[in-house]
Amino acid sequence: MSTARSSRRLGLFRHGGALPRERVTPLAPTLRRNQGAWLLGAAAMAIAPHSVWLPAWITALGLALLAWRALLLWRGSRPPPGVLLFALALAVAAGVRLEFGHFFGREPGVAVLVLLLGLKLLETRAARDIRAAVLLCLFLQLALFLEDQSLPVAALVLGGTLLALGALVALADPDGSQREHLRTAAALLAQGIPFMLVLFVLFPRIQGPLWGLPADAFSARTGLSETMRPGSISVLGQSEAIALRAAFSGPPPPPAQRYWRGPVLSRFDGREWRAEAVVESASPAYPLQGERIDYLLTIEPHQRRWLLALEHPGSAQPAIRYTSDLRALAAEPLRARARFALGAYPQTQAGVEESPAVLAAATALPADSNPRSRELAAELATGARDHAEILERVLARLRGLRLAYTLRPPLLGRHTADEFLFDTRRGFCEHFASAFAVLMRAAGVPTRIVTGYQGGELNPIDGHLVVRQSDAHAWAEVWLQGRGWLRVDPTALAAPERIDGGLAAALAGAGELPFMLRTDMVWLRDLRHRWEAVANLWNQQVLGYNPERQRELLARIGLGADRLARTLGVLAGAAVLLLAALYGWSLRGARTRDALAREWERFCARMAACGLPRPPWQGPLDYAEALAAHFPAHARELREICVLYASLRYGPHAPEEDLRTLENRIASLRLK
Amino acid sequence: MARLITTAFVQRLRHSVDRWLFRVGAAEPAPIRLGQRRIYVLPSAAGIAFALALLVMLLAAINYNLSLGYALVFTLGGSAASSMLHAFRNLYGLSIRPGRCPPVFAGDTAVFTLLVDNPAPRRRPALRLGAQGQCSSFELPAAQETAIPIACPAPRRGRLVLGRSTLETRWPLGLIRAWSVFVPAAECLVLPTPEADPPPLPRDGAGDTAPGSRRTGEGDDDFAGLRAHRSADSPRHVAWKVLARGGPMLTKEFAAGQGRELLLDWDHLPPGFDDERRLSRLTAWVLAAEREGLRYALALPGVRIPAAAGGAHRERCLRQLALHGLADATAGEQA
Repeated sequence: MSTARSSRRLGLFRHGGALPRERVTPLAPTLRRNQGAWLLGAAAMAIAPHSVWLPAWITALGLALLAWRALLLWRGSRPPPGVLLFALALAVAAGVRLEFGHFFGREPGVAVLVLLLGLKLLETRAARDIRAAVLLCLFLQLALFLEDQSLPVAALVLGGTLLALGALVALADPDGSQREHLRTAAALLAQGIPFMLVLFVLFPRIQGPLWGLPADAFSARTGLSETMRPGSISVLGQSEAIALRAAFSGPPPPPAQRYWRGPVLSRFDGREWRAEAVVESASPAYPLQGERIDYLLTIEPHQRRWLLALEHPGSAQPAIRYTSDLRALAAEPLRARARFALGAYPQTQAGVEESPAVLAAATALPADSNPRSRELAAELATGARDHAEILERVLARLRGLRLAYTLRPPLLGRHTADEFLFDTRRGFCEHFASAFAVLMRAAGVPTRIVTGYQGGELNPIDGHLVVRQSDAHAWAEVWLQGRGWLRVDPTALAAPERIDGGLAAALAGAGELPFMLRTDMVWLRDLRHRWEAVANLWNQQVLGYNPERQRELLARIGLGADRLARTLGVLAGAAVLLLAALYGWSLRGARTRDALAREWERFCARMAACGLPRPPWQGPLDYAEALAAHFPAHARELREICVLYASLRYGPHAPEEDLRTLENRIASLRLK
Repeated sequence: MARLITTAFVQRLRHSVDRWLFRVGAAEPAPIRLGQRRIYVLPSAAGIAFALALLVMLLAAINYNLSLGYALVFTLGGSAASSMLHAFRNLYGLSIRPGRCPPVFAGDTAVFTLLVDNPAPRRRPALRLGAQGQCSSFELPAAQETAIPIACPAPRRGRLVLGRSTLETRWPLGLIRAWSVFVPAAECLVLPTPEADPPPLPRDGAGDTAPGSRRTGEGDDDFAGLRAHRSADSPRHVAWKVLARGGPMLTKEFAAGQGRELLLDWDHLPPGFDDERRLSRLTAWVLAAEREGLRYALALPGVRIPAAAGGAHRERCLRQLALHGLADATAGEQA
């Protein structure tokens, strides 16, 4: 104490300037506003998009926690006490448990991440907490891809990643301006992208999953199911989501042949149709006949094995299985968008020698349902020579009933076929198919329901045929002796436009269609075609890049055999090249103070090499004298150089030419 | 015991690493320029945590077949890799030279100054200079030399050398630590602690035996005349009235102040005192004598500084006291 006093009294030992305010660590324990802005921005961008898929209260609570943090930051108040946060965490955990019933699985996992991020931000005390929060943001960005990997989501994640990197930069450099942080983060992101491209193409791809996934890993989406009841397909009519795409090697088949075969339903309980158990085999159960249509089918993931192939499928691809009800299956459930090279044989006669058990199942009807339909069927069947004639009569009668095709059919009660045929007379394809099948079965003709898609729209931009959920359809199949299973589409009786022009044509003017399907806005349609062509390219080239495609690509660029070792070699080489390029960039511009200083340094370095280095304290004029004394033969030139430098450096103005003169003088100086 | 051994081992290991990897040895001539050979780059703890998180994300991407998950992980990995070069670039091209370090009393804090020059036309953010277990954080503006103070405790008198210093940065992402190790030629003179409440100056007893001492018997306050001011003169002797009237800056001379000479002699201190206590008292006396504007001589075993007054004389005496008995004491006297 006394020593401090004595030195203060003396006033002579005090060092020149006041000490700058010391920060013990550069990572200030309290979050500054500029750091907080980046961090909260990154967190909001990571949480908000999940509101589309998660229960509303979870994302709302996550965002509310962020808003709370923002308020604390704005007011500069202290974070809430740990006890409160702990209680909040317990409450949140209980809420998630109540909502989902468990913690394991994808959706509860993402929900926990969202809430954890909100809570973590409230307790950011050390730099470590902030880094953990940034990592949580990145996990949430990744979780977005579980739901959607489209281009807009990719752009969203790119933006979120930029903010997350910005948060890390702001953390490391709290005194920099927001602009500098943005520039650094953008530079880092831009420099990361070449690495990404190389790794994306060359990193050995492994087909997941690596381990058993939680049951809800692939949540159910709109699409066909293995049951059908009145209304189950008209629900799909509202959805514009794409179900599949097909690229035909030749001209696409006419609309009337575009039946994409899905689940076949032959068990009927009076209201609901279900699939029967089927037998699988490695080759089709029918001889392939007639014309062949080749196409590449890209199916959106629907978590089931069925392939929705054109009738009747046959393919050289070994992974495809065939069922006894004339469908094609994939080896595994379609969990990711998949591509299959398929062939279709529209003229094939299938099921000519069908087993009696299948035929018996295809004529069964529950005894106590649809009495009026049974009556009608009995009336139509009397006097008919064969099943073909019954078919003719049933179709004629249905045509005569003047049934109407609508996307919003009235609700039906217990006897669905009776009510549709005789009371409401308004229905969607499943009503038509179901009523037809009931009539045919009542008349003793083996009939079953086929669900799938019908039609599709050609995208003029890339020539792909696009089939949407709204193209979902149900039709019927009748088995006739000697001809096998014949496709009959009862919907065509009431709405033939449905088959040729799709749903939009059949329901034109009814005002029932989803916005994007309307035909009256040509520009909108054109825009949609363009967008979907881009999305398709993205799906095929980027999202569809899987182990198989990687193998093909590597084989094409000559890395086929001994794939792994050589690929890893190329990968390492490319990464080293990229790093070397960055290294070159980082060396550049470190020493460019100004041209004059560079020249002077070069001159001094040369003089040092000649044996007379310039001591750091010596000015140019003194150095000139020292040099002149050391090299008397060149005294004049050396003095001129030093004087010119001094006048350029300290003189009132320095024209460009003088700098060039100095450069020339130094360059032309020859001491030996 | 085991802990002692491991500590010793760690110290030896660190020493070898310093010598063989970082080539740390004697103080280096200024300026120390940070070229590519002396900048080291390794991931920080946060960087390792980040890498683990990326690994988990990659496993998730593989497991769920997320093509864009791969893309996200690879982009982040690429950004982290390029942040390594950003960190390197943040140190590259800097040059360091030692600045002034004013002497302090033992027990005070020595403030070293290193002048760090940033020749590049860009700012160098988030730098950290560490030495002697202390560190200071700073940033360098573009194309400018900045003085960086670093405060170290100075517990003992003598020369305090800054020694092995590190300049490090974790900019831009905090995932990579880039650093350079160097030994700047910076040292600080640490003076003995002045005795807290020293006895009065030895005016009568010891002083009159000193050769050349003149006893006038006159009081301290006897005004003897004015002379031109010299910068080493005590401000309390300035003729402020003359100055206030617009006259030149003059110094008042007093008969006693001019005439009295003290001898501050090591050998005249009480015999029970150990060396440090003697140095402490002599230091306090030097300060007191200077404050009173007296002329004084200093006699230490083997060294004798003749009587004089003024700042330069005082510093010479204090330096001698600071370095007394240390290996380079005479070097200090010659300097």
